[in-house]
Amino acid sequence: MKQWRFEVFDRPGTCACATTGAGSDDVHGRGVHQDIKELGIDTIQEVQSARVFLIDPAPSDNSVLNIGRCGVEGDFDADFAKRLAGELLADPVCENFHIGRSSAPAGLAKATVIEIHLKSGVTDPVAESVMTAIDDMGKKCQAVRTARKYILFGEISEKQLKKIIRRLSNDCIEVVVIGTDAEPPNPHLAPYKLKLKTIDITKLNESQLEQLSKKMDLFLNTIEVKTIQNYYKTLGREPTDVELETLAQTWSEHCVHKTLKSSIDLDFNGQKIHFDNLIKDTVFKATKQLDKPWCISVFKDNAGVIEFDETDAVCFKVETHNHPSALDPYGGAATGIGGVLRDPMGTGLGAKPIANTDIFCFAEPDKSFDEIPRGVLHPKRIMKGVVAGVRDYGNRMGIPTVNGAIFFDDRYLGNPLVFCGNIGIMPKDKCFGKAQSGDLVMVIGGRTGRDGIHGATFSSGALTGEHETAFSHAVQIGNAITEKKMLDTLLQARQQKLYNAITDCGAGGLSSAVGEMGASLGAEVDLEKVPLKYAGLSYTEIWISEAQERMVIAVKPENLQRISKIFSDENVEATVIGRFTNDKKLTLKYQGMQVGQINMDFLHNGLPKYSRKACWHSKNLTEPVLEKKENYNDELLKILSSYNVASKEWVIRQYDHEVQGGSVVKPLGGIANDGPNDAAVIQPKSNSDKGIAIGCGLNPFYGDIDPYWMALAGIDEAIRNIICVGARPDRIALLDNFCWADCKKEETLGSLVRSAQACFDGAVGFGAPFISGKDSLNNNFLCDDGTEISIPATLLISAIGLVDDVKKCVTMDAKSAGNLLFMVGLTKNELGGSHYYKIQNQLGANVPKTDIKTAAAAAEKIHRAIDAGLIISCHDCSEGGLAVALAEMAFAGGFGIHADLKGLPKTSDCAAPATQLFSESCSRYIVEVKPENYNDFAKLMLGVPFGQIGKITEQKRFIVKDAAGKKVIDIEIDKLKDAWQKPLKW
Amino acid sequence: MIQKGKISNGVNALVLRAAGINCDVETQYALELAGCQAQRIHINRIIESPDILDTFQILVIPGGFSYGDDVAAGKILANQIIHHLSDRLNAFIESGKIVLGICNGFQVLVKTGILGKIEPSGRQQITITYNDSGKFEDRWVYLEPSGRKCIFIDPDRRIYLPIAHGEGKVVFENNEVLERLKADGRIVFRYVDENGNTGPFPINPNGSTDSIAGLCDSTGRVLGLMPHPERFVRHTQHPHWTRLNDKTRADGRTIFDNAIKYVKQNLL
Repeated sequence: MKQWRFEVFDRPGTCACATTGAGSDDVHGRGVHQDIKELGIDTIQEVQSARVFLIDPAPSDNSVLNIGRCGVEGDFDADFAKRLAGELLADPVCENFHIGRSSAPAGLAKATVIEIHLKSGVTDPVAESVMTAIDDMGKKCQAVRTARKYILFGEISEKQLKKIIRRLSNDCIEVVVIGTDAEPPNPHLAPYKLKLKTIDITKLNESQLEQLSKKMDLFLNTIEVKTIQNYYKTLGREPTDVELETLAQTWSEHCVHKTLKSSIDLDFNGQKIHFDNLIKDTVFKATKQLDKPWCISVFKDNAGVIEFDETDAVCFKVETHNHPSALDPYGGAATGIGGVLRDPMGTGLGAKPIANTDIFCFAEPDKSFDEIPRGVLHPKRIMKGVVAGVRDYGNRMGIPTVNGAIFFDDRYLGNPLVFCGNIGIMPKDKCFGKAQSGDLVMVIGGRTGRDGIHGATFSSGALTGEHETAFSHAVQIGNAITEKKMLDTLLQARQQKLYNAITDCGAGGLSSAVGEMGASLGAEVDLEKVPLKYAGLSYTEIWISEAQERMVIAVKPENLQRISKIFSDENVEATVIGRFTNDKKLTLKYQGMQVGQINMDFLHNGLPKYSRKACWHSKNLTEPVLEKKENYNDELLKILSSYNVASKEWVIRQYDHEVQGGSVVKPLGGIANDGPNDAAVIQPKSNSDKGIAIGCGLNPFYGDIDPYWMALAGIDEAIRNIICVGARPDRIALLDNFCWADCKKEETLGSLVRSAQACFDGAVGFGAPFISGKDSLNNNFLCDDGTEISIPATLLISAIGLVDDVKKCVTMDAKSAGNLLFMVGLTKNELGGSHYYKIQNQLGANVPKTDIKTAAAAAEKIHRAIDAGLIISCHDCSEGGLAVALAEMAFAGGFGIHADLKGLPKTSDCAAPATQLFSESCSRYIVEVKPENYNDFAKLMLGVPFGQIGKITEQKRFIVKDAAGKKVIDIEIDKLKDAWQKPLKW
Repeated sequence: MIQKGKISNGVNALVLRAAGINCDVETQYALELAGCQAQRIHINRIIESPDILDTFQILVIPGGFSYGDDVAAGKILANQIIHHLSDRLNAFIESGKIVLGICNGFQVLVKTGILGKIEPSGRQQITITYNDSGKFEDRWVYLEPSGRKCIFIDPDRRIYLPIAHGEGKVVFENNEVLERLKADGRIVFRYVDENGNTGPFPINPNGSTDSIAGLCDSTGRVLGLMPHPERFVRHTQHPHWTRLNDKTRADGRTIFDNAIKYVKQNLL
């Protein structure tokens, strides 16, 4: 049977760039050309891009087809191929097509042709859509594959070509074909023949067990494998491969968080502190102690659930997707967002996702390629890929990405961090679900393939230069539309009460989902019933695959017909693969043969309890002695231009932050819609003025001095951010995400323990309970030469708060000349870990120390003043201190500011102007107040440190005078804005 | 299926759903706010029973990423409509009813030919392709109305709306197509600055030919536009509403208000 090959090129002349009137029409070619230039290769004059489709028509005799599509019309002829190309694959106005293989155009410079194909088995969403469209045209096809073709014009060396290929493709998921003659890879479709595999472990000694764990990529340690060995000794048999894999996955760090749950003995400066269960004794304990009636479900389900109003609840979850994003930034980030969306969707009986939040940590993007270790992608490429992944998945799902942050530090070179969060809304009576024995196990959404195998276990270890090849199968590819269709139908089924429980197939796949849902019941699964993307998967691969866009629901048999119709009505695949029993056993079958059986009790409670040692010794650091300056204009400009402070507009605009129509405070605001708002506010219900504010706090530099104060500062900042826009201080909930390096090191674990202690103190002090969290440990990278790059201790705190009336929200941009500016909160001599020190390559010692009592009082008073309409704008004073915050208010509002440090509330050791300008003391707010409201505002602020520090002016300059009346800053606001916008204006 | 209880004696609007369409809920809300009954119905139901269309006077194809915008934005959904619904949809328009395509809906209307064809050739000579920037962008733009043919607009009112797309650049097979559109009064909106002047990026956010942001058909009853009117039907949706006083009109409302006014005056 003939395979048809189609190539689609841009048609020259139809879409010449309107703004420049010059250059190539081919937007993708231009983008790739730009990427090549960024590699330092300037001999390429032009890049032409093409889309390639390889289509196998269905044979006239349709008996060979076994995967869902039965042919009615067979092999298509040349006329149809031409129609297909002209009507579907190529745009009739701006593209040309070529049927067959085109040769490189002659006459131009030397041309190199490369084609990038997806590896066999990698999800190809475009191919799926093309199949649907060919169906609509009345023909059938058996297989569609797509590829990208690039023709590079210009002389390049072999080495340069290699570099370009490395930039344009990803080994994990793609195959590159060079030249016009080479053949693309063939998909493998060999069917799987059942062969039961058992692994002999009962007779192995300790070192043999360790080897086995390593060989099978189980990431189980010696005690764990021995526990498993003992279990099988008592059973008197050997485990099957699928049983071992199930145990390894269920017991992985990624799934059970054994480090955070272990008992820990901490040596803190010589003082011994014991925790029976670290997380229970710190983070959970605060929540328990606070016992807020509005917390509906905490730390139990896929997301934490709190009350929104009389009828609805909201849930919030933030996940990390670090290891996959290191290997494949685009796919890793896309599946990160895809995965975290399924958390609210799989909480209770399922929530509707209403907002995304994304926080990333990267190495600084301006590195030369020589500084990049083998096996590591360039940070700029990682950043571009991650942003594109979040953009494409989030935007396609129709969920606004409203909040985020990017933090740069070179210690993230080997392990970039990608935090994806989602908030969902659901009726209060849908917050809990429970499978019943007799319910059917139904898998819905995407099909199962080889993608993501060993994702959970792989995420639990350190990365090395070998991971790029060894763990390519752990990379997953997403298809947002499959997930969107699943969401649309699930919400209908939920409303009609057609299922009893739901959970997502995340890390660990079906193994984790079914294992968890049936933990107290037992479950039996027929693995051959699971719909597959392609043939050839073994029963074990089916069971542990982490293929995306799948969820599992528990359905009463009498509801099967109705629920199946909801799914099939909108082309969502849903298949019964087993049932929940009451034998407390997990039983796996393939074609009738039992391939595995494990007691649920051993699976979920058999994991040995760990005790670990940790230590933390306060560092002996000193404050640098820096020369006093006449003025601090240059320092301010430099801080505004530092990557962490600089505008992230290039990223934010690529995210749809307004879909669903509920974004009230958007990520960008101010007169030109480009100022940095402190937090996002969304209005989830169009018939109610109630809103939700979302903010975050993260500052690893403080952790370099002291992780305890870093964690408190993070909590303070996240809360402060949402207070700034108008959230209620008494209805704030928090999420923790711990990303640490190798916690087998006592010192590293010690810093984590100190942070966890701060989480307890902060949550209790602010009255803001933690409702969910996640950790990702072992974020260290082993280079070939044995050096290790470890990430700094990184704690992300996310805050969610209620807003009673979104119409009362305020933003940070200066609103009107003549209005007064006040500082609320005390400025202390706290430059340790500040950006002022950072630009001078100093760390310092005086880390900002949150005074929780004052902080909570200030939050309360700010809220009351916003609610009373006394505050016109409010800005959080954080990275870069007072000077940066005031500058941002000025240029966001398009006004000048005259500030006078005489009125600044400060401690006595804070006399130097540089300290006053750049100290990053916590719990400070800058607020704009109308002169006529001065008295009312001042009355309200009694009891917290506050003082007038200036006023807003028509003159577009930012001027700061020190206490003696001397100008220490004097710059035009346009210049400030330019410095702030330039670094990441890619 | 049609929800019978949600059919009124007055104006009824159908908001099309399909795999990947994701602005259907807020579009329904905007229509209801403007005073009609609106229902969201999946395209599979309409293909099964095309008579559903008879109940409605307004059809809206909302924004989103139908079928992931695979191959090209709106292409797969357009192909589906061409092969399953084109007669019914043409009859809908010929009977005097009205159609609105927003963002992805505009792309679909162009690629089905409903807005993409030019008489007399009967071929698609207009298309929408990738932004000059090569990437998706969410930003607010000013739109200057042009001509008086389109029933959805206030011909003298410049409006402010958000765009959010990666493929919004309107292009033509040749210059004659553009001249023909101008002569027919089919250009509805152009991207301008706050004073009404056209200009380069970011005023024209995608590099669209002649700064075109929206087109109508020759009857003026079918409108397609890249910006999202349903995202500005409340004061607090304005990107810097905290700087404005309460009296600011929500510009997106005009599109829906005019649609309903037209149906009330002409079709009831």
